[in-house]
Amino acid sequence: MAKQGAARKSEAVEHGLKGERGGSRAAELDRLIHERVRLGIVSALAVNDSLSFNQLKALLKTSDGNLSVHARRLEEAQYITCAKSFEGRMPKTEYRLTAAGRRALERYLDHMEALIRATRQA
Amino acid sequence: MLRIMVAPRPLHDRALDNLRFIRQTMERAGSFTAVPGWGQVAVGVTALAAAFLAAHQRTPELWLATWLGEAIVALAIGGSTMVRKAYAVNDPILSGPGRRFGLSFLPPMVVGGLLTMVLYRAGLVHALPGTWLLLYGTGFVTGGAFSVRIVPVMGICFMLVGSVALFGPAAWGDWLMAAGFGGLHIVFGMIIAWRYGG
Repeated sequence: MAKQGAARKSEAVEHGLKGERGGSRAAELDRLIHERVRLGIVSALAVNDSLSFNQLKALLKTSDGNLSVHARRLEEAQYITCAKSFEGRMPKTEYRLTAAGRRALERYLDHMEALIRATRQA
Repeated sequence: MLRIMVAPRPLHDRALDNLRFIRQTMERAGSFTAVPGWGQVAVGVTALAAAFLAAHQRTPELWLATWLGEAIVALAIGGSTMVRKAYAVNDPILSGPGRRFGLSFLPPMVVGGLLTMVLYRAGLVHALPGTWLLLYGTGFVTGGAFSVRIVPVMGICFMLVGSVALFGPAAWGDWLMAAGFGGLHIVFGMIIAWRYGG
């Protein structure tokens, strides 16, 4: 019974969190940042001024295709910016986190911490 | 019903797992150091051999030649392992963390070269171990300002050993060179290799 109660409370907390931030916006935020590669990109950029495509690829141990697809989605949401240039003859893609991206990561961290607090209290 | 009963634990675990993932990614992303750990261990081993050889030289000229030879060997090992480490993580050697480290590390080394000439000419060979250790340490403190904390910490240790060498008896010179260029390189090199990607 206690477990069942805890479950309900926890679900309520999750919905409550979404409600607090405005349902549709929170759901959108989850989809964008919640995915592992995208969460990795945003987290890595949060502690670096900028990172190149190759650095991110090595760091997140992912493929070229996978990284570019996820980076593109974050770019479309304006969470990161992408600058393409040439270093000698080699093309170079440099990513940076935007203020909106940093805020999104902070909200996501708050969300996760609130979930943990809520289930502990329950 | 069963699904609801087991729901809180996975939710809690998933949230914890996500936070752990973020923290680990941030640590790895922020903690890359261009300083090659295994290269330092190798330099440490050659420095121990050089200290043994130098201690057995009869003239200051041969003593100095032994250490200058070691400096060239160390430069070759350090440089090549740094390039290899940069390649391993796809970092451009001339624009990544390696460049930032190099630009900060180089000036104290140039000063060290100039002071070596001046001190040798003035007959102050006994002041060389302290000078070298201090300036080498300074290079790691300044270069390490852009790197993980362990790099400047190693630099401070070199500076401490250098200070002892500078003010201690001349007879301690080779021992302190062995402790610094040998011991500190091996110990910190291993920590860097294990924790910061080779």
